[in-house]
Amino acid sequence: MLNDELFLNKNIFSDSVEKKATREGYGDELVILGDENNNIVVLTADLAESTKVDKFQKKYPDRFFECGIAEQSMVAVAAGFGVNGKRAFSSSYATFSPGKNWETIRTTVAYNDSDVKIAGHHAGLMTAQDGATHQALEDIALMRVLPNMKVLCPCDYYEAMKVTKTAGENYGPFYLRFTREVTPVITTEATPFTLGENYSYWISEKPQCIVFATGYTLYYALLAASLLKKEGIELEVINISSIKPINKEFIVSKVKNVRKVLTVEDHQVAGGMGSLIAEILSQECPSFIEFVGMNDQFGESGTFSELVSKYSIDEKGIIKLIYKLLKKS
Amino acid sequence: MLNDITDKKVKFLEEKALEIREAIIHMLLTAKSGHTAGPLGLADIFSVLYFHTLNHFPHDPEWEDRDRLILSNGHVCPVRYATMALSGYFPLKELSTLRQLDSRLQGHPHRTSLPGLETTSGPLGEGISQAIGIALSAKLDQKDYHVYVITGDGEHNEGNIWESIMMGSRYKLDNLTVIIDRNNIQIDGFTENVMPLDDLSAKYESFGWFVIDIDGNNISEIAQSLAKVQNIHEKPTVIIAHTIPGKGVDFMQNDYLWHGKPPKPDEAKVALKELRTLKNKIENDY
Repeated sequence: MLNDELFLNKNIFSDSVEKKATREGYGDELVILGDENNNIVVLTADLAESTKVDKFQKKYPDRFFECGIAEQSMVAVAAGFGVNGKRAFSSSYATFSPGKNWETIRTTVAYNDSDVKIAGHHAGLMTAQDGATHQALEDIALMRVLPNMKVLCPCDYYEAMKVTKTAGENYGPFYLRFTREVTPVITTEATPFTLGENYSYWISEKPQCIVFATGYTLYYALLAASLLKKEGIELEVINISSIKPINKEFIVSKVKNVRKVLTVEDHQVAGGMGSLIAEILSQECPSFIEFVGMNDQFGESGTFSELVSKYSIDEKGIIKLIYKLLKKS
Repeated sequence: MLNDITDKKVKFLEEKALEIREAIIHMLLTAKSGHTAGPLGLADIFSVLYFHTLNHFPHDPEWEDRDRLILSNGHVCPVRYATMALSGYFPLKELSTLRQLDSRLQGHPHRTSLPGLETTSGPLGEGISQAIGIALSAKLDQKDYHVYVITGDGEHNEGNIWESIMMGSRYKLDNLTVIIDRNNIQIDGFTENVMPLDDLSAKYESFGWFVIDIDGNNISEIAQSLAKVQNIHEKPTVIIAHTIPGKGVDFMQNDYLWHGKPPKPDEAKVALKELRTLKNKIENDY
């Protein structure tokens, strides 16, 4: 059942569930942060509208900087702001930033410990019809290997606001991952988000498998849990929106008595959130584990629903791997 | 700002440049690795910046109104470390820790290791962009300090440099000055053979920058050009400083093989002897 203590959206499994894009949460929260803190500056590389920073641009034109189609320059300009008393949000598509400008981020943001927040938009397969060039499937891996860098991937609109707020209220390098399409609103304004904490969104008295999901794929994991419950199969579903830092003790404590684990993400399995969970468990709590995600492959053009179905990152793909796990002993 | 620099000041700055060169040779000899030609060629520019032009307090490196000096071509950092120590940022004896374990003087500069560095650099092409962020934040804060960037000429092969040149003029950053160490060498050879830069003046001018061309080993010219940039409005300035790589040591001058290697003990001995001779020459000239 949905965890009552987290004030989740009770309407989540209804056909009429509200849908909003996480990128909207980023844009809306930036306007609030801009009002609270004069040192917040926002940069983009010719993508103001689609990264939703146009709202900030309209309200605070003096603190908005258009860098042109130049992601290396943009993130280094942000790094200059960040070492000089400003808190800079650098906004582009994840394929370009951190895709194209990774070394610049490594040197001028991470190693330099500059106060820069890198917002990677249009991440994952759900960038859909634009095709594989624009579907960032490697960005979590690229960012989580950098010392000083924190990595957050919100599950819905309200959590997108909260991760943006957290980055806006804490010094240092952050990577924030956002997606393009509208997706179900899972949380409410009252749902907690804390840097370095992870929460069980679906709980059972005696779970047979622990599911870790990040980003909008959390919805499919919850949907799978509710469908499997009707079949008498109990799961626990944990939201890994705080990828780095992550609460290792919490994760191990959940898996300890179950030892069957599934991870779910719209990202390459290699180096992604699933790899991270496997790294933790292989040391602390070896378990049977299956991974939902991209397996050393590129995406392609198609509609969002066609792609999640073809690459098995929807509830059907999840259920299939749960059955596979349950057979293991 | 001083436009006319006295003979006495020129002599003082020339002597400081020699002290910087001597310190560079000693540092590289001890470290047994590092770059030689670039730092020697830049000693005059660093002397003028730290002992004449920059508004700064070595004992208060975080002073918020200080002029900012960004080093984009981080591999020439021995010249910056030597100049910082000579001007009082840290004890001279610490120079011998260059590139050693636990040293604050990393092989390429690391901002959070040593106060006064402003940025982290090494990978090329990232200094002007960072300086733009600093210059824009100065405008937001209505501060009137100046932001200087030292870059290499070979570094202009990097695309990011041209991205940032466009942005500097788009935001009319008249509080930003880029100094190019135009020494015509890079690791694989002469710049015009590796990837021709041709007429950098014309290139910067067409990108909307104010351009000054100088002899980068001439103290008076360096000082006067840095004074002049204060009077340029509505656009950033580039000073193309023609320098001699390895300047001051005859067998290193203009030889690209000295770009990325340190002197051996016998070579250092000859180099230091030549620098002492130059010191006597300065005395006789004035």
